[in-house]
Amino acid sequence: MKPTMRSRTITTAFMFVVAVYILLPVWWLLVSATKAGGDLFDTPALWFGELNLGTNIGRLMEQDGGVYPRWLLNTVIYSVGGAAGATVVSAMAGYALSTYPFRGRGAVFAIIMFAVLIPVPLLGLPLYLLLTQLGLLNSMWAVLLPSMVSPFGVYLARVYADAAVPGELIEAGRLDGAGELRIFFTVAIRLMAPALVTLFLFQFVAIWNNFFLPWVVLNDEALWPITLGLIKWNSLRTGFYRDMVITGAFVSVIPVILAFVSLQRFWKADLAAGGVKL
Amino acid sequence: MVTIQLEAEETRAAPPRKRGRPTSNRAALIFLLPFSVLFVVFFLVPIGYAVNESFYTEKRSGLGFGTPERVFAGLDNFAKVFADGGFAEGVGRLLLFGVVQVPVMLGLALVLALLLDSASARFKSFFRLTYFLPYAVPGVIAAIVWSFLYTPEISPLTDVLPFDPLGDGAVMWSMANIVTWTWVGFNMLVIYAALQSIPSSLYEAAELDGAGGWKTAWYVKVPLVRPSLVLTGVFSIIGTLQLFNEPMVLSRITSSVGKDYTPLMRALQVALDSNDRGQGTAIALTLAVLAAGLSYFFIRLSAWLTTRGVNR
Repeated sequence: MKPTMRSRTITTAFMFVVAVYILLPVWWLLVSATKAGGDLFDTPALWFGELNLGTNIGRLMEQDGGVYPRWLLNTVIYSVGGAAGATVVSAMAGYALSTYPFRGRGAVFAIIMFAVLIPVPLLGLPLYLLLTQLGLLNSMWAVLLPSMVSPFGVYLARVYADAAVPGELIEAGRLDGAGELRIFFTVAIRLMAPALVTLFLFQFVAIWNNFFLPWVVLNDEALWPITLGLIKWNSLRTGFYRDMVITGAFVSVIPVILAFVSLQRFWKADLAAGGVKL
Repeated sequence: MVTIQLEAEETRAAPPRKRGRPTSNRAALIFLLPFSVLFVVFFLVPIGYAVNESFYTEKRSGLGFGTPERVFAGLDNFAKVFADGGFAEGVGRLLLFGVVQVPVMLGLALVLALLLDSASARFKSFFRLTYFLPYAVPGVIAAIVWSFLYTPEISPLTDVLPFDPLGDGAVMWSMANIVTWTWVGFNMLVIYAALQSIPSSLYEAAELDGAGGWKTAWYVKVPLVRPSLVLTGVFSIIGTLQLFNEPMVLSRITSSVGKDYTPLMRALQVALDSNDRGQGTAIALTLAVLAAGLSYFFIRLSAWLTTRGVNR
């Protein structure tokens, strides 16, 4: 059935309005990141004044003894390290739950699924108290290790392994004399690869965007990710820092947007596998 | 999610292999070990620690000088959680917030997904990417940017709006706007992915039966994407109960948002500022049970609605 001209126009108009709503803050951020001095107040809010993006970024990199590049680096370390760890650990656990009919499998899976229902920030407070006791507070590990725990990642990995790794293939590997680890790392992980990229991306963004965990466990400014640093600058609320907050926010969202646009073909298809099977 | 999976567990055909082979058990153990260790240390132990902590309270003798004494308090901390008006007030705020924000956001996500999936939409990939864009923006950064857009001297919006977005009555809906802006595209994508995997033969059948676009959407598409609606619903419920970033950022610029606006903020304030760890963990635990309970209830409810054949 062909849609009528009228329904096409109404649909597109509605979607356009929503797109304007979504893009408005992004556009404002882009425009404002180019403004310096009092331009934020004196020029139209949604259009450019004098273009000072370069100056702003230069200042951003040197502000407070060049702490912003450090925050950027920390964010990359936490996101890449945490996401890589979470992906490997979840893939192994999901594969095991999918492949081996060991005793207690149902119980293990039920515990993991129940963990999905617990809001992680609520663990923040006990985690803080615990890490204080263990003396792990204020170290990169305090962010990295908890970030590697993703019950939902295990669930997704299991669904993917169910769908992508046929039992016959594993059996064939065994007949050829390959050990279980070898089968996983040479056969299964390749079949699961597209799904694992998705898993990595989701965890990467979750850690990149995380504020609560690092905020609870890190006091040392040199260990902070960008989100914490910008919240601190934002709370100072002077005009000088306001420009830095805006430019800093603008710079911080660019890497994630680029990562998503360039890796689009991976996350598009695989999201379906997770949702539909549920 | 839980129930559906557990049922699936029983009906799943066992792989053609002997059960409980020693090598199989050992291999399973090795593969599960890294996750299990991390899960126990950073998930279960904190919960256990919090449970233990929540049964204790610190008593200061006399005028409050000297080292406080840690004494077993039984369920006193939990009793205080419920007796405490501030906690109930915070939960009430979240419920009101969630009852409005979650349906609005998921409704919009569903409509956008259906429109993207329909033949009427143009520039599909542009719209899809645009709607998903906020997912790449950290929650606190989204809150900071919107907080500028709510500030009269800077904002292009406040002159147009008939109300003050940071005023007492409006501030909760200003937060709801930030959360909706951040998550609507993500939820849309989950639903859209499910729509894309519906075989087109179903649509052809519906068309043969004389169903138009609207009827196909309501009677064929919506029931088929219900699992992804449940998934996004559960995530939204959990997300609502842990609401923190937006009120935290807005509390710095408006007195309409107090330091204990949400229960999570209150838990932190009690535990860290007032140094009452037992009481703080009791609040956090109560909230966790509430979140898990609400999600579970929601899953059961939608499963029940499905078996009852509502909307079929």
